[in-house]
Amino acid sequence: MYSEKFQKSIAAVEAAREKNIALEPDRMTAKQKEDLLAAFHPDYKQDEFDVLKIGPNKGEKVPTELAEILQAHSRISADCVNLENPDYETDVLIIGGGGAGTSAAIEAHEAGANVMIVTKLRMGDANTMMAEGGIQAADKPNDSPAIHFVDAFGGGHFAAKKELLSKLVCDAPEAILWLSNLGVEFDKEADGTMVTTHGGGTSRKRMHAAKDYSGAEIMRTLRDEVLNRNIPVVDFTSAIELILDENGNAAGAVLMNMETKELLVAKAKTVIIATGGAGRMHYQGFPTSNHYGATADGLVLGYRAGAKLLYAETLQYHPTGVAYPEQIFGALVTEKVRSLGAKLVNADGEVFMHPLETRDVAAASIIRECSERDNGVDTGSGKGVWLDTPMIEKIGGEGTIMKRIPAMWRMFDKYGIDIRKEPILVYPTLHYQNGGLDITADCMTTNVENLFVAGEAVGGIHGKNRLMGNSLLDIIVFGRSAGKNAAAKAKDVKVGKLSLSHIEKFEKEIADAGIETQTVSPKLLPNYTNQKNI
Amino acid sequence: MEKLVNIYLFGKKYEVPENLTIMTAMEYAGYQLVRGCGCRNGFCGACATIYRIKGDKELKACLACQTKVEDNMYIATLPFFPLVKEGYDIENIPVNESVMMQLYPEIYACIGCNACTKSCTQGLNVMQYIAYAQRGDFEKCAEESFDCVMCGVCSSRCPAGISHPQVAMLARRINGKYLAPGCGHLEDRVKEIKDGDFKELIEALMNKPLDEMKELYNTREIEK
Repeated sequence: MYSEKFQKSIAAVEAAREKNIALEPDRMTAKQKEDLLAAFHPDYKQDEFDVLKIGPNKGEKVPTELAEILQAHSRISADCVNLENPDYETDVLIIGGGGAGTSAAIEAHEAGANVMIVTKLRMGDANTMMAEGGIQAADKPNDSPAIHFVDAFGGGHFAAKKELLSKLVCDAPEAILWLSNLGVEFDKEADGTMVTTHGGGTSRKRMHAAKDYSGAEIMRTLRDEVLNRNIPVVDFTSAIELILDENGNAAGAVLMNMETKELLVAKAKTVIIATGGAGRMHYQGFPTSNHYGATADGLVLGYRAGAKLLYAETLQYHPTGVAYPEQIFGALVTEKVRSLGAKLVNADGEVFMHPLETRDVAAASIIRECSERDNGVDTGSGKGVWLDTPMIEKIGGEGTIMKRIPAMWRMFDKYGIDIRKEPILVYPTLHYQNGGLDITADCMTTNVENLFVAGEAVGGIHGKNRLMGNSLLDIIVFGRSAGKNAAAKAKDVKVGKLSLSHIEKFEKEIADAGIETQTVSPKLLPNYTNQKNI
Repeated sequence: MEKLVNIYLFGKKYEVPENLTIMTAMEYAGYQLVRGCGCRNGFCGACATIYRIKGDKELKACLACQTKVEDNMYIATLPFFPLVKEGYDIENIPVNESVMMQLYPEIYACIGCNACTKSCTQGLNVMQYIAYAQRGDFEKCAEESFDCVMCGVCSSRCPAGISHPQVAMLARRINGKYLAPGCGHLEDRVKEIKDGDFKELIEALMNKPLDEMKELYNTREIEK
C-alpha cells in the first residue's frame, strides 16, 4: 500500500493504463541516444573520474573510488609471508566462487586438473545468484549468432573486442545445452521449445529464463555440481595479493581467512581471477543491486601484479533499481518486467520512452525525467518513475506475474505492495562493471602469463555497455573456457621461485608518483556500520 | 526525528530506527558483518534468522535482509546450518524414487509435523515438496520448491533430521536434466555452429568497417 502522497500520481497512471498499453513508443535515433547519454549518463560526468598516475593504465581515467583502491597500499608486505611452505598446492587456483569460478572449476576438473576454489564469502555469494531476468543465446530459427553479435556490438557502442564477442555469441547455445544437461530448469513450452523474450537492445527474442530466479537456478546447480565433484572450496577466505614466480608469471595467491585474519599461501601453476564486480564501491554515491562482496578485488590484484585494464571507466547503471520502499532501495527490478510488457511512466502517467532501449540509454532517460524535465515522483528519499507492472497482467493474462516473475512479487509483497495491482517506483542503480582486466580469446591476460580471468572481472567482452542476459552468458562461456585453458596450460608450466617483489615495486611507484594515501586494498567488504565506531 | 525501537541482538539490547531491516539494524548497532550476509536481496539464503517478539510464544524465522525490525524483537542469526549434502553423479543416477531412498532415506521418517512449512522464510509448502520427493514425483517437487533459497531454517526445525533444501536440489536437477522435454532447436543450433555454418558470416562482420557496422545496427529489423 502506498501512502496518501502517492495516490494522485497513481491515479494518473491508472487512468492512462489502457491507452499506454496500446501505445508503441518510438525508439530513439542514434543521435538522440548520443545526446541523451552525454548529458545524463553517469559515465559522462567528468568530475567523478581521476587519472591513474601509476600502473599499466597510467594516464587513463577511472572512477574516483576505483582510482583510490588501484593506487592504494597492499594489505601486507612481502616479509609477512613465508612462500617456502605453501599451505595449498594445486594446478589451477580459482579466486572467486560465483558463476564464472564454479564453471571454470567444473571444466578444469573435467580436464583432469587439480583445482581449488578460494572464495571470500560462501560459494554462490555472487552477482550470479542475483541475476533475475535471463541468459541470451541465439538458438531460435529466426535468430543467429551473427544477429546476436550485431545487437551486442551496437549496444556496447562498437567498442567490444570482436574476438571476445564472437566467442560469446558462438558458444552461447552450447552453454545453454551444458547447463540444461547439468539440470538447470529453463522455462520451456510443453514440446521443449524455449520460452524466450526480448531484453533491452535485442532484435530477436533470445532471453532464456528460469522464472525470475535465472541466476539463482544456475548458481545453485553449479554449486551442487562442484560439491558432487569434491572440488576443494576454501570459503570465507579472500585472496589479498597474487604471487608471481621469478619469471613474472602468476603462480598463486596470498590468502586471508576473513574471520581469523590468518594469512595462507596457495601455490598454483595457473590462476583464474573470477572475483566479479564492483557495485559495493558505490561509484558516484549510487545504491547498488550487487551482492555484499562486489568490491573490484580482482582488478586490484591484477593491476598490482601488472595486468592491464580495459574500459574500467565504464559502469552500468541498471535503469530499474527500487526507488521505494527505502528498505530495498537500489535492489534490482529485473528488466524482464519490461520484457513482459510493463512500461516506464512518469508522475503524470505519461510513457516517456520505449521500455526496451539499451540499459545505458534507459538509465539516462530516467535520470533526465527526474532532473531536467522534473516529471519524477518524490519518494521521500529521492526521485523515481513508475514501472507500470499491472500492465503485465493485462497483456499476458491474470497469473502471468506469479508464473514469470514470482521473486519480484515476493520482494514487494513483503512491504505491502502488490505489483499485480499497483505500479512500482524505480530509479537507476549501480549494476555492472563493464570494464575489467584485458584478456585474449583464451581468457589469459594480455600481459601476465598464466593469469586467466573470467566473468565480470573481464573487460572488453561487451564494450562500453552490456545487454541484459549477456553477463549470465559470459560467466558460463568464459568461465568454462578459462577452466579448460588454465587446466591445459598447467600441464606445461614449471613454476619458478615464488615472489612477492611486485608489492615492493608497486609501493615504490606510489611513492615516486607522490601519491599520499592511507588506503589499503583490496577492499574486500564495504563498511556499513555506524561510522561513529572506531 | 525517526522513531526508535528496542531490539535484542543475541540477547543484548540496542535502540535502532524502526524503518531498518534486521540486517541494516545490526550494522547500525555496529556489527561489521562477514557471515550471515550475502546478496542482501533475498536470493542467497545467507541471512537466515530466528526471532521472537517479547510476550509472544511463537518462534519465527526470516531472512534478515528482507525483514523490518519490530519493537522488542529478540534476534539470533543462523548464518550456517549443517545440512546433509550427499554426493552423486548426475550422469548416472536412477530417475525414480529409489534415488531418494539411497541418498536421503530420512525423508521417509517425516512425521508430518509441518514445522518445516511453518518456518520457511520463502513461504513455501516444504512438507508438501518432501511428500512429492518421497513418491518420486520430481516434477512436482521441483515446481513446489523452486523459490527455495536454501537458507536451512526448515532443517533446523525438523525432528526427522531431513535436509529439505538438498532433497529439493536433487529433485530439480533430475527434473531439469531428465524429465523436462528436450529442446530440438537448441540441439540443432549447437550442431550448426559446430559444423561451421556461421563462420563466414561472423568473420565478415568482424572485418566490416565501423561505418558499415553502425549502419547495420541502426537499421536492423527488430522482432515484434
